[in-house]
Amino acid sequence: MAAMRHGKYRFLAGAILPGLLLYAVFVLSPYAQAFYLSLTDWTGVSGEVGFVGLDNFRRLLDDRLFLSALRNNGLMLLVVPLATILLGLLLAALVNFGGRRGSTGLAGIRGGEFYKIAYFFPQLLSLPIVAVLWQFVYHPNEGLLNGFLRAVGLDALAHAWLGDPALALSAVMAVLVWSSVGFYMVLFSAAMESIPRDVLEAAVLDGAGRLATLRRIIVPLLWDNVQVAFVYLGVLALDGFAVVQVMTAGPGGPDGATEVIGLGLYRSAFTYGKFGYAAAMGVTLFFLTLAFAVIALRASRRERVELS
Amino acid sequence: MTAVVDRPARPATRAERTDSSPRSGRAGDVAAHLFLVGWAVLVTVPLLWAVVSSLKTDREILTSPWTPPAQPQFHNWSRAWTEASIGSYFVNSAIVVGTALVLTMLLGSLVAYALARYTFPGNRLLYYLFVSGILFPVFLALVPLFFVVKQLGLLGTYPGLILVYTAYALPFTVFFLHSFFRTLPTAIAEAAFIDGCSHAGVFFRVMLPLARPGLVSIGIFNFLGLWNQYLLPLVLNPDPDRYVLAQGLAALSVSQGYRSDWSGLFAGLTIAMLPVLAAYVLFQRQIRSGLTAGAVR
Repeated sequence: MAAMRHGKYRFLAGAILPGLLLYAVFVLSPYAQAFYLSLTDWTGVSGEVGFVGLDNFRRLLDDRLFLSALRNNGLMLLVVPLATILLGLLLAALVNFGGRRGSTGLAGIRGGEFYKIAYFFPQLLSLPIVAVLWQFVYHPNEGLLNGFLRAVGLDALAHAWLGDPALALSAVMAVLVWSSVGFYMVLFSAAMESIPRDVLEAAVLDGAGRLATLRRIIVPLLWDNVQVAFVYLGVLALDGFAVVQVMTAGPGGPDGATEVIGLGLYRSAFTYGKFGYAAAMGVTLFFLTLAFAVIALRASRRERVELS
Repeated sequence: MTAVVDRPARPATRAERTDSSPRSGRAGDVAAHLFLVGWAVLVTVPLLWAVVSSLKTDREILTSPWTPPAQPQFHNWSRAWTEASIGSYFVNSAIVVGTALVLTMLLGSLVAYALARYTFPGNRLLYYLFVSGILFPVFLALVPLFFVVKQLGLLGTYPGLILVYTAYALPFTVFFLHSFFRTLPTAIAEAAFIDGCSHAGVFFRVMLPLARPGLVSIGIFNFLGLWNQYLLPLVLNPDPDRYVLAQGLAALSVSQGYRSDWSGLFAGLTIAMLPVLAAYVLFQRQIRSGLTAGAVR
């Protein structure tokens, strides 16, 4: 159409170039530079960039704190996605199918809509704000958690949650799970609502119990959502920076118990000015994230279940 | 605690598909409810506790953490707002996030529309270039980004934060709106062209209004994402006068710790949480679908 061709490229240039320029300057160029910087010993002084090859990466392997960070991020990667997805699935299933059974099927529970509203709250708060809140909750003397334990007579269970190296990382992971469960519960719940009733009723008529229905019918039908959730939560677990930086002593303490890769990067760069070394941590984190995403998507690939 | 839990049963409407005949499985019902109520308590109680504590005196917080305040201390809030600078952090956040959001939506929808509705050499390449930004962790870019912003003289300025926020929100915005523009019908746009509308005219007057549902979803998604930024301002915004809300509150809590002003910190925390929670109560359905729509795509 002649009318459509008129001024097409001028419009395209005007539409794309401003966004592209901004994106190239602030996103693409830093990403590209990071790979180069990770091979240098740059300390931020212009003109003094020495190429050191893979030296930074070799030093990372001897860095005790970085190894703790790897271990902690690894543990978080194992625990946080799994706990969040299981809790999210269970809560979503209870809301959608936990009600009193009708003559043929599974029913939603009373107040289901309220639960969705309430559970979603924490998702709206930024992680540093959540961390400030939980710093109070975990406070050894005036905190909500110990206060509650003492009030019900379980004084023995009261701990310095963030001060004990054996508990601190679990306390951090609990906060991440707490803040994420609601979002995935709502996500799974929306997917469950689109499962045709007769599929579930058939399962119940065939004598499948609730747990079997959940495991054999509902979860396979939700597999795409579970996969997405797993990747997102994995990325969250490989980060953990905001919660650790705000909430823990040190931060990253006690004694490196809650150190994470992002925190080490931030400290190396902006406290010690070791920019080349910090860039090497960034590159490591990038490859870990990439490897995780590839493995997660590969390993969890299943035959798609289609509802005709 | 029961008050918290009982109240909500009332507005529940949609999810109720209960059968009135009393049948077996009562124990299961009770267990299901207990579990759901338990998680609701776990989510709401820390938030309520923070709000209630923000109205108490420091003495009350330390000596009777479980009781409501004898007299609500609203001056805690005004003290946090002025003396602890929460007010100016709030204003900084509003300026930076508001401007960045407008810029993101404008640039993002232009790029997405151009890539979705026009064929030209390099289209695919540009699309993948933009969308690849979703895959990279921000930590990878952090060190070079700091120097890019510094060299441009934008460190610790509003424009610096606004441009960086926008640049990092673009990949997902383009990705989301690209698939949205593809689903829109072509007939209306063609009719507008025949009527002599320019390319820009078709975009602004025909396509943008048609794309409204998608724009609302991604707008909500971006607003919360930008409002909750922490890492970028922490590195690029070192001037305490320009701190954004999350950054300022975190700095406040780290620097003064628990030692001095508990009630002030609780008040700051409440001020930071309440607007978001209030907006959520008003628009909860749109917000939930807007945020989850991003995950499903």
